[in-house]
Formats: sequence, C-alpha cells, structure tokens
Amino acid sequence: MAEIHFTSHLRNLVTDGPLSAEGATVGEALTNVLAAQPHVRGYVLDDRGSLRKHVCIFADGERLAHDGALGRRIGADTKIYVMQALSGG
Amino acid sequence: MSDHLLIATRKGLFALERKGAGWDSRLIGFEGVAVTNVLRTDGVIYAALKHGHFGAKLHRSDDGGATWRELTAPAFPADAADAPSLFQIWTMETGGRTHPGRLWIGAIPAGLFRSDDRGETWQLVSSLWNVPERKRWFGGGYDAAGIHSISPDPRDEDRVFLAISCGGVWESRDAGDSWSVLGKGLFAPYVPPEQAEDSAIQDPHRVVRCASAPDVMWMQHHAGIYRSADAGAHWTRLSPPTDDFGFAVAAHPRQAQIAWFVPAIKDEIRMPRDGALCVTRTDDGGQSWEIMRHGLPQRDAYDLIYRHGLEVDEAGERLAMGSTTGAVWTSENGGRSWALVNAHLPPIYAVRFV
Repeated sequence: MAEIHFTSHLRNLVTDGPLSAEGATVGEALTNVLAAQPHVRGYVLDDRGSLRKHVCIFADGERLAHDGALGRRIGADTKIYVMQALSGG
Repeated sequence: MSDHLLIATRKGLFALERKGAGWDSRLIGFEGVAVTNVLRTDGVIYAALKHGHFGAKLHRSDDGGATWRELTAPAFPADAADAPSLFQIWTMETGGRTHPGRLWIGAIPAGLFRSDDRGETWQLVSSLWNVPERKRWFGGGYDAAGIHSISPDPRDEDRVFLAISCGGVWESRDAGDSWSVLGKGLFAPYVPPEQAEDSAIQDPHRVVRCASAPDVMWMQHHAGIYRSADAGAHWTRLSPPTDDFGFAVAAHPRQAQIAWFVPAIKDEIRMPRDGALCVTRTDDGGQSWEIMRHGLPQRDAYDLIYRHGLEVDEAGERLAMGSTTGAVWTSENGGRSWALVNAHLPPIYAVRFV
C-alpha cells in the first residue's frame, strides 16, 4: 500500500502520521485515502476532482509535474507527499 | 450608531469595537488566511475564506467569533454547463426579514448560490448560470466574471437585484427562478463602440441601494458613476468634479439623495490622485458634490478602497472605510471628518457594521 503524508499546513484536519491506501496511481491512492477523510478532500482536490492548482505532489522523492500528477503510476510501497506549493500563498 | 465592525482582510478576520473616543482592533479568526467577505445576521457570523492553496471555504460562528465551524462551501454541480471550480466567495447577503433562513452567495466564477437553511446546504441558481448572455461575461480584476453585489428588495424580498463584473446588472422577481438583464444607460468604453451599450457586458464595480427608498440605487461603474431611480432599469451618469473611477459606494439608508464614493485615478493607475485620499458625497442625487479630506492622508497615500471596503451604518452618520494598505478610518459626521483607527491591518477586502 502507498504511504501518504500530508503537509503540516493541513495538520488541524489530518493526522501527522502517514496514512495508507491502495491504488495503481497517485490519483487512485488519493481518492481512496480521501474517501476516509472526506473533510480533507476539498483542500487537496477542487470541485471537479482536479488537483488544486497550488498543491503539489511528490512520489518516491520526485516532484511531479502538476498536470500529470494524479495519473502517475505508483508501486506497492510508494511514498506520496501532498505538499503546499510555494506559489499561491 | 453601531459600535462594532467586522473587517475581512488578506490575513484574517478582525473585530473592531468602539471604546471611548477610539476603536479596539482584535483578530478573531483565520490568522494568515484571506477572508474575502463576512456577514453577521441573527447572531451568527459567516466568514468566507480563500486559502491560497486549498480553495474557497465557508465557516460560521455562533459565539461572536470565539469558535468556528466549517460549513460545506457552495460548489458548482458537475452537471452544470461548463462547470468550474469555485474560486472565491465574493459576497454574502441575507434573504431579508421575510426569509430568515435564506442566504445568498455571489461567487467567482459568477455563480449565484442560495441556501434556505442558514448556510448548511447550498444550491447553484442554475437559471442565472444558464442565461445565454453568460457567454459574453468576462472577468474584471479576476480571471473569471464574478457576482459582488446582491440586494433583495425590502418591499418584496423575492425580488432580487445583483451585479456582475463584468456581466451587467440583473433582476429576478421570483426568488431566482428567472432573470432579466437591466441597465439601460450604462456605457462601456472598454469594448468596441458597437457593443458599448450592451447591458450584459457592463462592469458595475459595486451597486448599493437606499434601504428606505429601494428604487434608488447607486453604482460605481468601471467607467463612471451612476444613479438609478427605478431599481436598476435605467441609469443616469453623474459628473462629480473629481475622478469618477473607483470601486466602493455607500448609500444613505434613509435619504435617497445622499451617497458616498471614493475616487481614484482611472483604470491603469488605481490610486488616489496626487497621493491624497478623499471621499466624495452628494446630498442632492448627484447634482452637486462635497470633496471631503479632513482626517484622511493628503500626501504619499496609495490607498485603494475595494468594493466592500466602505460602509455607512443604519443611522446614516457613521462611516467606516478600509484600504488596500490596511488602514481603517471612521467618520462620525457623514464623512466630513475622518479618524484613523488602525494603519497596520493586512490589506482590507470588506468592512461591515454589525
């Protein structure tokens, strides 16, 4: 299962410890983990289910390009970091 | 007179309270987060947030700002035409005395949302979203068009007026089931000449109405200031002896001939002329004007007053004004003199007497 870490800026909404989720892509893993954390979903994804413009994703240490981030294929033990972009503040 | 103000800023929500001759300022919520507007009604404060990274949100407090609860923010339904994501809650208004549970939200993109349960759930008013004229709307200041002024008629609160930058002024007579574009007499010099009188592409920066004479409305337009005496159907352009660009306007709640504006050099500059901030006032429906400067900075001032940054209280004498540089002034005498309340707040989006 992928291991998902959320930015400390969302700490009042989601736990510090990583969460686990199944999924073949970043988007599937996020969808699964956010299904259990519905109050966080709107902070990471917009009304249309797209990654918010100023949220960035790292997978296995790589900063993913925004447009393709949710479609990125992941392995069974991928570490995903959901971070606040430095743009948009 | 009202002794309490709420101030929505780029970095949080502030409460100002009249104490003796001055005002105390207090941060009451959302430290570091943009609060795009605020509404207090029936003891409840609604705060619209725009997290730079995490989207537009809506919160409510039932205890004057001591504690807050997040509500489900309005959203465009997935099957709405061209369904966008909510970018910003721009304005919030009550449905009025006859509809105590009703709230309206105007958003960017220009969706109108209605709640009939005090903000717990929201519905897009699809009849407005689906008007064919929407294809001609465009953004003014922001990338997408937005609704910034909503005003139910106090004589019939199902008759709702609203204004869109840039999409003109609209009226519903059936609580939002159907809409008509108004605005005869408005003129837009920022489009090709043959489109300049197109009602659906006008850029009303802000529209307010006289509470006791609801047919009287005042508009700060992108190009000029206007008054209507027939609830927005027809508009007359006024000619103050100052710049007639700006964003904010306040209407006297009891006297239909009195209104205030805050002039700035037009369009590509958007600052007070000569670095000297002033407020203009007419007492005769726009025939003559007072230019009021006492207590306002008269050199090196680069304050701009946004759309929701000027308010008059229910008595019509006390005014409050908040600027892009985080300064707040109040006036106790209808604008003839002003006192600086705080020079160091974050940039101010909205001020409201509560």
